[in-house]
Amino acid sequence: MITAPELEIAVLVLGMAILLVEAFVTKIDKRALAFVAIAGLALVLAASFFVPPNASTSQATGFWSFYTADRLAIFFKQFSLLTTIFVLILMTDYAPVLRRSFPGAAPQAGLGEFFALPIFTCAGLMYLVSAIDFVFIFVSLELVTISFYVLVSFTRGNPITLEAGTKYLVLSALSTAFLVYGIAWIFGVTGQTNLQRIADVLANPATDRNAALFGMVLILVALGFKIAAVPFQIWVPDVYQGAPTPVTAYLSVGSKAAGFIVLLRVLQPFLALPQTQRLIVVIALLTLLYGNLAALPQANLKRLLAYSSIAHAGYLLIGVACFDASAIGFYLVAYLLMTLLSFAVLIIVAQQTGEQIDDFDGLAKRSPFLAFAMLIGMISLAGVPFTAGFLGKFFIFYAAILQHQTALVVIGVITVGCGFYYYLKVIRAMYWQSSAKADKIPVNGLSRLAISALIIATIWLGVYPQPILDALKP
Amino acid sequence: MVLFVIFCPIVAAILIMAGVPARRTALVASVLAFAAVLFLLVSFEQGQHGFRHVTSFTISPEWHLSFTTGIDGLSLVMILLATIVTVAAVWFTGTIERYENAFYACLLFISGGAIGAFASIDLFFFYAFHELALIPTFLLIGIWGSGNRVAAAWKITIYLAIGSFILLLGLILLYQSFPASARSFDIRALTAAASLGQISADAQRHVYLVLLIGFGILISLFPFHTWAPEAYASAPAPAAMLHAGVLKKFGLYGLLRLAIPLLPEGSRYWAGLLVVLLLGNIIYVGLVTIAQKRLDWMLGYSSVMHMGYIFLGIAGATILATTGASILMFAHGLSIALLFALAGELRKRTGTLVFDDLGGLGKVMPFASLAFGFGVFAAIGLPGLANFAGEIMIFFGAFKNGWEMDHFHIFQIATVLALWGVVISTVYMLRAYRKTFMGPLSDRWKEIVDLRFSLRLPIVVLIGALLCFGFFPQSLVQTVTPVLRPYLTEQHRPSASTQRGGNNIQQVAWR
Repeated sequence: MITAPELEIAVLVLGMAILLVEAFVTKIDKRALAFVAIAGLALVLAASFFVPPNASTSQATGFWSFYTADRLAIFFKQFSLLTTIFVLILMTDYAPVLRRSFPGAAPQAGLGEFFALPIFTCAGLMYLVSAIDFVFIFVSLELVTISFYVLVSFTRGNPITLEAGTKYLVLSALSTAFLVYGIAWIFGVTGQTNLQRIADVLANPATDRNAALFGMVLILVALGFKIAAVPFQIWVPDVYQGAPTPVTAYLSVGSKAAGFIVLLRVLQPFLALPQTQRLIVVIALLTLLYGNLAALPQANLKRLLAYSSIAHAGYLLIGVACFDASAIGFYLVAYLLMTLLSFAVLIIVAQQTGEQIDDFDGLAKRSPFLAFAMLIGMISLAGVPFTAGFLGKFFIFYAAILQHQTALVVIGVITVGCGFYYYLKVIRAMYWQSSAKADKIPVNGLSRLAISALIIATIWLGVYPQPILDALKP
Repeated sequence: MVLFVIFCPIVAAILIMAGVPARRTALVASVLAFAAVLFLLVSFEQGQHGFRHVTSFTISPEWHLSFTTGIDGLSLVMILLATIVTVAAVWFTGTIERYENAFYACLLFISGGAIGAFASIDLFFFYAFHELALIPTFLLIGIWGSGNRVAAAWKITIYLAIGSFILLLGLILLYQSFPASARSFDIRALTAAASLGQISADAQRHVYLVLLIGFGILISLFPFHTWAPEAYASAPAPAAMLHAGVLKKFGLYGLLRLAIPLLPEGSRYWAGLLVVLLLGNIIYVGLVTIAQKRLDWMLGYSSVMHMGYIFLGIAGATILATTGASILMFAHGLSIALLFALAGELRKRTGTLVFDDLGGLGKVMPFASLAFGFGVFAAIGLPGLANFAGEIMIFFGAFKNGWEMDHFHIFQIATVLALWGVVISTVYMLRAYRKTFMGPLSDRWKEIVDLRFSLRLPIVVLIGALLCFGFFPQSLVQTVTPVLRPYLTEQHRPSASTQRGGNNIQQVAWR
C-alpha cells in the first residue's frame, strides 16, 4: 500500500541521488542523468495512481493537520510530476544552448544541477498542493521558489538572464515577505494556522473580520505574484524572456498551477466574506485586459507567451471568482498541454533561427511536423473547438454565466478575440510567409515522441474530456 | 451513413495533409459524400417528423453531452447543398502552385465542418463543427487570396471568432435556462422540454438576443456585415464558394433549428428589432451593392444583401415563410457559388475584376457568359430558378403574418419594403452583367479563351440543380415542412399587444 507522503519522499531521494552521482561520478555523459530522472519520475507517476485519496479532517493532529491527500491534491501531484517530466525532456533539448553559455568551462559543467534542481521543485510543488496549513504552505512554497532562483539565472553568462534572475529574486523575496506578514495577521486574529480551523473561527461572528480580511489581502498579493495576476505581473515578461526556455515553461505551468491550488485552498475559509469575491472579480478583469492587450504588439515569441500566460491567469481567475475547482483543474490541464507543446517547438526552432515570430517564417515548408505542432498549440491557446483549450474556456465561461458574472463574461469574450489575433500571428508566420532558409530542422526521437504525445492529448481531451472530469470530481 | 458523409471529407483532408495525392483524393471524397447524400435523399421518407439515421456516442453523462448525429428534412436539404457545392468547389480548384495539399485539405475541412454542423443533434458539436472552418478560412485567404488579403483574413477571422464566442455564450445560456433536471445538449431533449414550457419567457428573451447577435455576426446581419464582402472579394474562388454558399447558412440554419422550436416568445419579442436590421441588409446593403465598382466586391455585398430575405422568412415565422427561407438558403447557396466560381475564372484570365476594365467578354467566352446569366437571373429571383420559389414563399408567408406593433402591421410594411430589394438586385446584377459580358470587346481581352470542358461540368451541375428545384420546388417543400409544422401556424397569430399579457395563451396560439 502506497501512501501519498511516500511519493514526495521518493522524489526527494531521487533528486539527492542524482546530485550525488553528478558530484562523484565525473566520467559519464550528464544527459544520462536526465533520462534517469525522467524514468524515476515516471515510476513515481505510475505509483501515484495506486494512492487512495485520504482527506484529513479538522480534527486531525500531527502530520495530517498540515498535509492532506484529497483527490484534488493527488490529481495535482500527478500534474506536477507530468509537468516535470516534460520539462526535463525540454531540458535535454536545451543542453547545447547551456553548453554554449559557459565558454571555457568543462564541456558538461553545470548540466547535472540543471537536471537535478527541477526534481526538487517538483517535490516542492507536490507538497504545496497538499498543504492545508499556512506554515506548511510557506515552507513548500520556499522550496519551490529557491530552486527557481537558481534555475532562472542558470545561464548567468547572458546579461538578459542575469537581469531576469535578479528581478525574480528581489520581487519573489518581496512577495514572500507579504505572505509571512499576511499569515501573521491571520494568526493574530484567529490563533490558528490550519485552514479548516481558521474557517471555523471565522464563522464565529465575534471574530474581527476586517483584520482577517487584511491578512487575506496580503496573502493574495503573494499568491498573485506566483500566478502572475495584475497588478503583480510586472516581473513576468522580463523573467520569462530572460530565463532559459525550459525554465520559462516550468515557471508558467508548474508554478502557476500550484499557485492556483493554494489560492483555492486559502480562499476557502474566506468564502463567507462577500468582499472576497468582488476583489477576485476585479483582479480577474484587470488580468484579462492587461495580459491580452499587452500581448497584441509583441514580436518576440517567448515574450508573447509570457503575456499569454498572464492572460490565461485571467481566465483561471474567472474560475476562482466562481469557486469552480473542477473548471480550474481542467483549464490547468489544458494549459499544461498546450503551453508545453508551444515551448517544446520554440526550443527546437529557436536553436536554429531565433525567438522572434519572424524567425518562424516558412516553418511549414521547412518542418511540417513542427509547424503542425505549433499550429495545434496556438489554436488550443486561442480556444478553437476540438482542442483542450476550448473546453477549458467552455467550462470557465459556463461557471461564470451560471453565477451571472456579466462583466467577466463580456470582457472575457472581447479578450478571446484579442487572443485570436496574437496567436494566429504565429500561424501566419509559419504558413503565409516564405523564408530564405529551406533546410529541415532536426528533431530527436524523444522530443518527437513528447511532441506527438502532447498533440494527441490536446486533441483527445478536446473531444473526450471525461477522464479529467472524473478525476476532478470532488 | 450520416457519419460517413461527415467524416468522408475530414478523413480525406487528414490523408491529404499526410501526403496522399491531393486533387484525386479530394474529388473522390467529395463525390462519395455527394453520392451518399443522394442515396439518403432518395431513401428519405417524406412527411414524417423527427430525426432519422441517429447515431450517438456518450461523451459526458453528467453534462448530458454526447456526439449525436442524424438528419431530418431541414438538415438533409442543407447537407445536400453542402455536398453539391463541395464537389463544384473541389472540381473548380485545378492546380495550385504553393502548398497544393494544404489548399485541398483546407477546403475539405470547411466542407466537413459545415456538414458536421448541419448533421449534429448535439448543440456542443453543432457549434464545434462550425468552428472547424475558422482556421482553414484564415489560411485560405491569407496564403492564396488576392487583393488586400492580409486585412481581409484578419478581419474575417476576428469577426467570426468573436461572433462564435458570443454564440457559445448564447448556447450556454440556453442550456442553463432549463431547470437542472432537463439540461441537455441534445436538441431533441431540449425541444421536448421546451414544449412542456420549461423555459421561461424572460429567459427566452435573453437567450434569443444573445443568439441573434452571435448568429448575426456569422451570417453578416446588418450592422455586423462588413467582414463579408472584403473576405469574399479576397478569398480564392473555391473558398468563397464554400464560405458564402454553405458555411454562412450555418447561422440561419441555427436560428431555424433553435429559435423557432425553443424560443418562440424570444423571437416574437425581438421581431421588431430583427425586421429593422434585415431591412438594413436589404435596402442599405442593396444600395451599397449598386455603388460597387468591382465584380468580386459586388458579389460579396449581394450575398450579404440576400441574407436579408432569409431573415425575413425566419422572422416572419409562418410555416410558409420559414419553408421559403430554407429553400432560399439552398438556392442562394447554389447561385452564389456559381457566380463566385465564374468570377474566379474571370480573374484568372483577365487579372482584374474592375467593371470599367471589362466588357464584351460574352464574345470570347460564350459559355461563361451564359452560365453567368443563369446565376444573375437566379440571384434576381426569376421564375424557373430555385431562388424564385424561396423568395415568393417568403414574401407571401411574411405578409400573412398579422402582427401589429403599435397599430402597424410590421411584417406587411417590411414585406413591401423588401420587395423593393428585388428591384435593387435587378439593377446591380444586370449592370454587372452588361459591364462584364456585353458592349465592345477591348483589344486586351481578344486572346481570352472560354472555360475548358472539364470546368463546365461543375457549372452545369450547379445550374442543373437550380433549374431542377426551380421547376419542382415541391420536393424540397415536402422535405422541409414536416420539420417546422409542429411549431408554427399556417398563417397569422394574435397581435403582439394582446400577447404580452398571458404567456400560456400565447403558447397555445403559437402552436
